[in-house]
This record gives sequence, structure tokens and C-alpha cells, in this order.
Amino acid sequence: MRRRNWTIPYALFLAVFVVTPLLLIVYYAFTDAEGAFSLANFRKFMVHPEAVNTFVYSIGIAIITTLACLVLGYPAAYILSNERFNTPKTMVVLFILPMWVNILIRTLATVALFDFLNLPLGEGALIFGMIYNFLPFMIYPIYNTLQKMDRSLIEAAQDLGANPFQVFMKTILPLSMPGVMSGIVMVFMPTVSTFAIAELLTMNNIKLFGTTVQENIYNGMWNYGAALSLIMLILIGVTILFTNEEDSASNEGGGVI
Amino acid sequence: MMTKFIAKAYLWILLALLYSPILIIMIFSFTEAKVLGNWTGFSTKLYSSLFAGGVQRSLVSALGNTFAIAMIAATVSTILGSIAAIGIFNLRSRPRQIMNFTNAIPMMNADIITGVSLFLLFVSFGISQGFTTVVLAHIAFCTPYVVLSVMPRLKKMNSNVYEAALDLGATPFQALHKVILPEIRPGMISGFILAFTLSIDDFAVTIFTIGNEGLETLSTFIYADARKGGLTPELRPLSTIIFVTVLVLLIVINKRAEKSKSE
Repeated sequence: MRRRNWTIPYALFLAVFVVTPLLLIVYYAFTDAEGAFSLANFRKFMVHPEAVNTFVYSIGIAIITTLACLVLGYPAAYILSNERFNTPKTMVVLFILPMWVNILIRTLATVALFDFLNLPLGEGALIFGMIYNFLPFMIYPIYNTLQKMDRSLIEAAQDLGANPFQVFMKTILPLSMPGVMSGIVMVFMPTVSTFAIAELLTMNNIKLFGTTVQENIYNGMWNYGAALSLIMLILIGVTILFTNEEDSASNEGGGVI
Repeated sequence: MMTKFIAKAYLWILLALLYSPILIIMIFSFTEAKVLGNWTGFSTKLYSSLFAGGVQRSLVSALGNTFAIAMIAATVSTILGSIAAIGIFNLRSRPRQIMNFTNAIPMMNADIITGVSLFLLFVSFGISQGFTTVVLAHIAFCTPYVVLSVMPRLKKMNSNVYEAALDLGATPFQALHKVILPEIRPGMISGFILAFTLSIDDFAVTIFTIGNEGLETLSTFIYADARKGGLTPELRPLSTIIFVTVLVLLIVINKRAEKSKSE
């Protein structure tokens, strides 16, 4: 048997468990309960202010979380990767470790912390919980690109008379852009699509778009739920395309230098 | 000197912030109070009742299911993914691109979309949801990671060695067993570990594929528990044990990796 044929079992598996399910989302989104073609699901979303508001609100929360993770995470990744600060490798492990703890346990721990400090659960707890949950996903990719960066480029910039600020803005930051971009995707995507976490952190007071999707699927509204999923899928696709483009553009910039 | 101090202080403050919630849980796992935040004196009662079974039987069975699912899903993913990686590696460029793209979908996609799509698959074909559907769903999102960890080992391998084994009279199976397998084994092991942890951690895909016949994993148990309002006190010692185990494991692995690098 030729070895390229070894692809066949996995190709069949992918066809059944990855491609078909995604096509089913599209099929359900564009049909009504009887199976006839219909745009009613999308029309329902458009005229349903609560669903639209939840969608916009979720994107807003995701943007705030992503920016906060970037502002907090970049310096941390920079310090961890810079040999001048000589941080032990165990320190890096400590920053990545929370990624391996069950997300619900992490969320409940946040609820416990807010209860313990007598702080009210609500928007503040929601944003803190999101940052707490997803900060490692920002630090890790940035740390990785900074780690692999060619140090001689920094030395060259210094030799050519750049001050530390210029070195950072013109050399280090552009070189770390691929890491920043994958960090943004890795934080934005789970934040915008999350469910369950928001209910726990706000005592059911704030609903995110993921919860709307889940509720509709649970209540048997498969067609509407599929349409909402498709809208989220498009949002995710656009995010990935956008960040990939930035990524390749910055690579080209690096090539020109 | 000053910048060095500020940098170190910044890292420690961030770590303190990241770890404060889990620390609170750890501290309050050593007291009996039903509500978290009430300190009613030091006690290890929660730890003993966690292992005593009885009231907490459902929690223990949820933990058992979680491990069983992770073990099966990781094993199947590792076999399926390794065979697939060898196949994909030998494909011509066009089909290889298609396979690589499809392989990346479950990794790029949001968990909830994967969950909803698999839910629709199972209900459309009238498959009743339970243990098997959860395992299938976990294999679907774990295998891509195995393929990605085996592939670099294949790229590094000298393909002439396989041909040489065949020329020297080895059957294709022997060549696979004696030449390819030892080369890709480290990739298979790290793929397995990754698949195992991903499966244990998963909540979003599981909740859509687990059905409603009473099957629980750790994630769905915690979710159901939290929605009822009160968090089962025994979850505090359980979280503590999971956390400390993972911490020790990761630090040991890291130290070993550093040691083997310096040797």
C-alpha cells in the first residue's frame, strides 16, 4: 500500500466530523423548521434588538479584554524574554500554568475572590474574569516571538545610534508583531464566543452572544441558533483574515530592511 | 538597577493577581464552611469526604468519566493523527494543502461553533448523544494537534533511511516499525499529552454533545453545580489537588527539559 493512501482514514473522518457539521450549520441557518429555504432566521436577528445588542456588547467586551491583555501582557512577555532581567524559566511556566486549569474552576475562583473581597459581581467582575482567564494566551505567543528574535538586529540598531525608545519602536515592536497578532486572535476569539462564564461572573445579569446561541440550541430553535452561529463564524473568519494580512505585511516590512 | 527592580516587581504583581483567586480556593479548602469566605477553623474534613464517596459519588463518577473520555480520545487521536501525518507528508502539494487547511479548521474555530456543529450532526442523523458522541467530538478537536506535533519530526527525518531499510530486505511494516516509528515517537508523545489535557479541560464541546441521559464530566458537573447557586464545598479540595498536581508536573517536565538541553 502506498503511504499517501494513509491519509484516507483521516480524510474520511474530517469529512464526517468537521466539514459536514459546518455545512449543516449553513443548511440549518438558511432553512425554516420545515426544511424550506428561508432568510427568516437572519431577519429575526436583525429585528430582534436584544440579540443585536448582545452581539455588539460581546464584541465590545472582547475588544476591551483583548486590549487590556495586550497592555498587561506585552511588558510581561518582554521582561520574561529579555536576558538582561535574567528571569528563571520557572517564571515562564508560572505564567502559562493557569492555561491548564479548567476554565470553570478558574471562573469560580474569580467569583470566590470577589465574594471574599466583598466586591459586587457585574461588569467589573466579568472583565476581570476574562482577563484572568485569557491573559496567558496573550503572553505566550508574544514571549515566543521575542524569544526567537535575532538579537543582532537590536545591537545593529544601537550601533547605528538609536536610543532605547527608538530601538523598541523601530526594531523590537515590528519584529514581535506576528506574536502580537496571534495573541490578539487567541484572546479575542474565546472572549467573543464564550458562554457560561459570563452568567457565573455576573449572577445572570449580563448575557453574552455565546449564551444566546446556547439558549436557542437548547430550546430547540436549531435554525435560529445555527444562523447565530454562522454570524459568529463569519466574525471569527474576518478576525483571522484581518490579523493574517497584518502578519504578512509586517513580515514583508522586515524583509525590506 | 532601578528598571530591573521595577520589571521584577511588575512580574510578581501580575502573578499575584493571576493566582489570587486560586489561592483563595486553596485556603478555604481547609475549612468546613459550606459558603466560601467563611472561616470556621482549620479542618481537613472536605478532603476526607471527597475520597469517602457517599454524598460525593456523582462528583467521583464525573471525574472517572472525564479521565476515561480523555484516555480513549487521546489514544485514538494519537493513532489516527500519526497515520494521517505520514500520509499527508507523502501527498502531492495540492491535496496536501487541502488536508492541512481542513486539519486547521477545528483549531481555528471557536469551541462553541464546533460544539453546535457536532450537535447538529448528531441530531440530524438521529444519533442519541452520550459517552460515544463525546469521545467522537473530542477526537475531532484533538487529532489536528497530534498531526501538527508529528509533522515536524517527519520533515526532519532522512527519507533515505526508510528506502535503505526496504532495499536491505525489510517489509514495509518492519521499515515502519524500526525506522519511522522511533523517529516520530517524541512527536506522538507530546501530541498525546496535548490531546489528553485538551480533552480534560474541555467544556464547550462536551456540553453540546453529552446529551441528557445523566452522563457528567468534571466540567459539566461544575457547571450544573454552579448554576444551582451553591458550589459543592468538595470542589475546593478537588481544585486544589488538580492545581498542585499540574503545577508539580509542569515544573518537573520543565526542569528535565532544561537539564537535557544543558547536557
